[in-house]
Amino acid sequence: MRTFEYLRPATLQEALGSLSGLANSKPMAGGMTLIPAMKMRLSTPARLVDLGGLEELRGIRVDAAAVTVGASSTHESVANSALVRAAIPALCEVAGGIGDPQVRNRGTLGGSIANNDPAADYPAALLGLDAQVLTTRRTLSAAEFFVGLFDTALGDGELITAVRFPVPAAAAYEKFKSPASRYAMVGVFAARTAGGVRVAVTGAGAGVFRAGVIEAALEEKFSVDALTSLRFPSDGLNTDIHADAQYCAHLVGVLARRAVARILYVGRR
Amino acid sequence: MTSSTGIGASLLRKEDQRFLMGRGNYVSDIKRPGMTMGAFLRSPHAHARILAIRSDAALAMPGVLAVLTGEDLRADGVGGLPCAWPVTGKGGAPTKEPTHPPLAQDKVRHVGDPVAFIIAESLLQARNAAEAVEVDYEALPAVGGVLEAIKPGAPAVFEDIPDNVCVDWELGDKAATDAAFQGAAHVARISLVNNRLVGNPMEPRAAIGEYDSSREHYTLWTTSQFPHIVKLLMGNFVLGIAQHKLRVVSPDVGGGFGVKQFHYAEEALVTWGSRRVGRPVKWVAERSEGFISDAHGRDHVTEAEMALSEDGHFLGLRVRTIANMGGYLSTFGPNIPTNLYGPLLAGVYTTPAIYCEVKAVFTNTVPVDAYRGAGRPEATFVLERLVDVAAAELGIDRAEIRRRNMIPPGAYPYQTPVMMEYDSGDPGGCLAKALLKADWDGFAQRKGQSAARGKLRGIGLCTYVEACGLAPSRIAASLGVRGGLFESAAVRVHPTGEVTVLMGSHNHGQGHETTFAQIASELLGIPADKVEIVFGDTDRVQFGLGTYGSRSLAVGGSALVKATNKVITKGKKIAAHMFEAAEADIEFKDGSFTVAGTDRHKPFAEIALSAHFPVNFPLETLEPGLEEQAFYDPVNFTFPCGAHIAELEIDPETGTVELLSYIAVDDIGTVINPMIVEGQIVGGIVQGIGQALYEDCIYDQESGQLLSGSFMDYCLPRADNFPLISVETNITACTHNPLGSKGCGELGTIGSPATVINAVVDALSHLGVNHVDMPATPNRLWRIIANAGAAPVVP
Amino acid sequence: MHISLTVNGKSVQADVAPEELLSDLLRERLGLTGTHVGCDTSQCGACVVHVDGRSVKSCTVLAVALQGSTVTSIEAVASAAGLHPMQKAFHENHGLQCGFCTPGMVMSALDYAARNPDPSAESVRHWLEGNFCRCTGYQNIVAAILAGAAAMSERAKELGK
Repeated sequence: MRTFEYLRPATLQEALGSLSGLANSKPMAGGMTLIPAMKMRLSTPARLVDLGGLEELRGIRVDAAAVTVGASSTHESVANSALVRAAIPALCEVAGGIGDPQVRNRGTLGGSIANNDPAADYPAALLGLDAQVLTTRRTLSAAEFFVGLFDTALGDGELITAVRFPVPAAAAYEKFKSPASRYAMVGVFAARTAGGVRVAVTGAGAGVFRAGVIEAALEEKFSVDALTSLRFPSDGLNTDIHADAQYCAHLVGVLARRAVARILYVGRR
Repeated sequence: MTSSTGIGASLLRKEDQRFLMGRGNYVSDIKRPGMTMGAFLRSPHAHARILAIRSDAALAMPGVLAVLTGEDLRADGVGGLPCAWPVTGKGGAPTKEPTHPPLAQDKVRHVGDPVAFIIAESLLQARNAAEAVEVDYEALPAVGGVLEAIKPGAPAVFEDIPDNVCVDWELGDKAATDAAFQGAAHVARISLVNNRLVGNPMEPRAAIGEYDSSREHYTLWTTSQFPHIVKLLMGNFVLGIAQHKLRVVSPDVGGGFGVKQFHYAEEALVTWGSRRVGRPVKWVAERSEGFISDAHGRDHVTEAEMALSEDGHFLGLRVRTIANMGGYLSTFGPNIPTNLYGPLLAGVYTTPAIYCEVKAVFTNTVPVDAYRGAGRPEATFVLERLVDVAAAELGIDRAEIRRRNMIPPGAYPYQTPVMMEYDSGDPGGCLAKALLKADWDGFAQRKGQSAARGKLRGIGLCTYVEACGLAPSRIAASLGVRGGLFESAAVRVHPTGEVTVLMGSHNHGQGHETTFAQIASELLGIPADKVEIVFGDTDRVQFGLGTYGSRSLAVGGSALVKATNKVITKGKKIAAHMFEAAEADIEFKDGSFTVAGTDRHKPFAEIALSAHFPVNFPLETLEPGLEEQAFYDPVNFTFPCGAHIAELEIDPETGTVELLSYIAVDDIGTVINPMIVEGQIVGGIVQGIGQALYEDCIYDQESGQLLSGSFMDYCLPRADNFPLISVETNITACTHNPLGSKGCGELGTIGSPATVINAVVDALSHLGVNHVDMPATPNRLWRIIANAGAAPVVP
Repeated sequence: MHISLTVNGKSVQADVAPEELLSDLLRERLGLTGTHVGCDTSQCGACVVHVDGRSVKSCTVLAVALQGSTVTSIEAVASAAGLHPMQKAFHENHGLQCGFCTPGMVMSALDYAARNPDPSAESVRHWLEGNFCRCTGYQNIVAAILAGAAAMSERAKELGK
């Protein structure tokens, strides 16, 4: 790790000031991705602004329409939140499947989506539920927020404060873990929402995306059968030492079917 | 009296307490006064010429004490890292042993090849300075895989070895084998790859060098499985330090698996560096650094064929292997795919004619050497895959074809056509027991149940033999080793009867502190808690060869028996003197010296006391003291054998393998501590299953870049990958060592890869599949299933 | 930067550099070398300690961020009365070989036991996703954690009486 200046602001206002005060300043939430990257000198911020002291980013609120999760909520707190489980159990599953118990104890929702790792789990949930990302400047839809590989619409000095997940009629997340990293080789988040069926895919491409052909087939008939003969195209999907693009495409289909089956036969939500 | 802590007891481990309390003493835990920290600048290129190294800027940085390069080694006359076990190739050709400088000189030959060693006050300063060292490279074409390396015109790793062949080795009777094939009713063939692995003990390697100018004396603390050999190799061949001026300490070591049984550049560099800067120098590998600097394992490409009679008798076996040596020779590199491989191709079968050719070749990759099993898993994989292919082609049950060819119980000692004479073994008994336990005959029904759930179920079987207890020095010398392979033990009896045992082997997880204490407990009739085992310090322990090749019990334990018997003999002398009886009339049993036929007896502790208070000893014939030392050189290898069975399900939709059961029945000779033995076997099996299903060290074949250089890409097996593993034994005693023990440390990695792959192939056999390369990853299996038309391939 | 925190029940004041990790603080500054570092990708779990009652990877936490926190490492698990039931279970079930992963395993296991009133082999194996062991094949670690958790709940019941 290179050395850096460390600041731990007590308020959001102070944090924003700290971030804009020096070039190459970076915010840190749980640090579960940033600290390893800094150790390997892949990330070398001059100033680190620790968001851990900010009350404004904490808390989980649930109402009839939505679950709003503060950006600094740990994966563990989401996974084990009775409120979230009652409203969107699939969200608990997503959070409970990230990393390992120790990572979940410190890693946060805001940190995860700000990093936008193409194999992260949360982006699939956000896109699948058409969540809104609340920042210090604006509200972005998930589709607007996730721009590309490790890239988001967040501007310099802009921080995520919370994510608002609309409560779907039903949702499920199916993850096929990459054996070594345990990140999603492919993850499929399927949801029946007020705006229709949404199927978001993580892991398989350069970033989270919606599987339009699957959504269309499920709109026609929300059933496993609707997907049986569907072949998800492999164009643009990843090929690496763990999985080739055709396999990833195949897994998208398999996991989509399994997610649909879970929605239909296991739990209503 | 002592049965609770003697041979055969599942005594809880004496060494556990310190580890459980966080009080282990690993090299990375050690701090020396005035200690500095070292960091390496390593090559990002697989193959490049070093044009210039500019270290001025780095040297000027705060805290930096030295930036050392290959040129500094040259100036100081530091030698290359030696190969300790070259082999003789076809026609008597020697192994090519190019110089392996501890820091690259003129050229780098693999990603991670150390180029500069930076010593600074702190690790942060050393790493910052490493980034500031500028190296001009001229990148050269590289070669990563063995098949590419032997192509005409391939880039030469060493200019004076244009074909990249280190040694072209053969074993067996070629003419007899060719004749066997000519008359054969059937020939089964297989082409396979034995995947490259990274051993990854949980403790990364580390070393501290300290030079004491007042005594002109060096101390090296290192994470080694064989400190005495590091002392000999480094002192004598690399740094030119007289042996009495060098101490090597390997304290608690966090796993070895072979990875820590080589003499590494970093050991020499911290030692040399400590003299250069006049202060202790510490280096601790980061995990990603380990991936590009620890010796790797396996990496074979093999074609093999077996000649069979119509009724499935093995008539001949022909094997051609190309084995990767990497960019330099590691300590035992050439020995592994030759002497530890070819002789094991007989397995537990009566195949009369075997011929094996091995080309060991250089590539621009990390050096390859022994990793748990070392050569023997590779041989077992070839043989046991080929047996399954033959069984399938001839329509013979896989268990039956093995029984039909197995060495019968009465045939031991059994001379194979490939060098080895097996002293003992009951592989047939192991197989029978395993088949029963696995309900082999009931498999069809279980397969049907799986099919009803949409799963492809497979069962796989493997028998194996291993040559371990390395090694009879006489035989090893004829095979090229430059040194002995005996082991040592010293038994120091304290005046009050407690015992300190100094062992030349090294404990890094195997439970030696308990097992060896049990042997002393049994023989001396004292409780094991009165025995302390000392190892890992060349200043405390007499010369020893260390721990590898499942040798510690069979060879080291035998040395302990020998030394302990010397203590008893001396004790009898003392007892005879005290009783004023004839020495021949003294018996030692259950911890007491007794005059035969009388009730006159003295406990061991009393004799020990007397030995240290020799008030009226006849000094001409009886020395005071009670301490004995022994060196044991085995007359033969030991030959554990066994049968393993795995059952698994493949999800045809995703290609995922779920292991359902794993059964091992092993003949390992006399068991000292069943609990520890089971732990060793289960651990080995899981490592072997790692090779079969998860682990793969992948180099880009063109650039020579390591693509699986961290745990994010190299899949280390996790707890949730495994079912309960069942371990049983079926013992025949080793006939040539005093304990009758054979060894158990490596058998798990030897038997399990073939067992699991045989089960995977069985699950897919209906698709016409007769082989699957390791690791059998979901992607690979799905592709096979899809190509067979059983699952749709997407556009 | 100055921080004050509680480590193994003792108040600690330290001037730490921003880049200093909790594992550095424990090992280098406080001499608590029971916490090990086995990887650089925050996966292996040899460095697991408890921060404010939860298991975390100390190699992935900045020391400077721990102002006011309570840290417990393996050195504080045993008491004057002897090994903790979880440590004892590892001993009795041969749940360790080389010992390097052991401190992290025990700290992780304690968190598991605290959070899982209904332990099972399956959930233990799943919980250990972030704890690597290269020696044991995990089998005896799983057995040890189940035994340790049972002993802890037994002890809790007795204390509750």
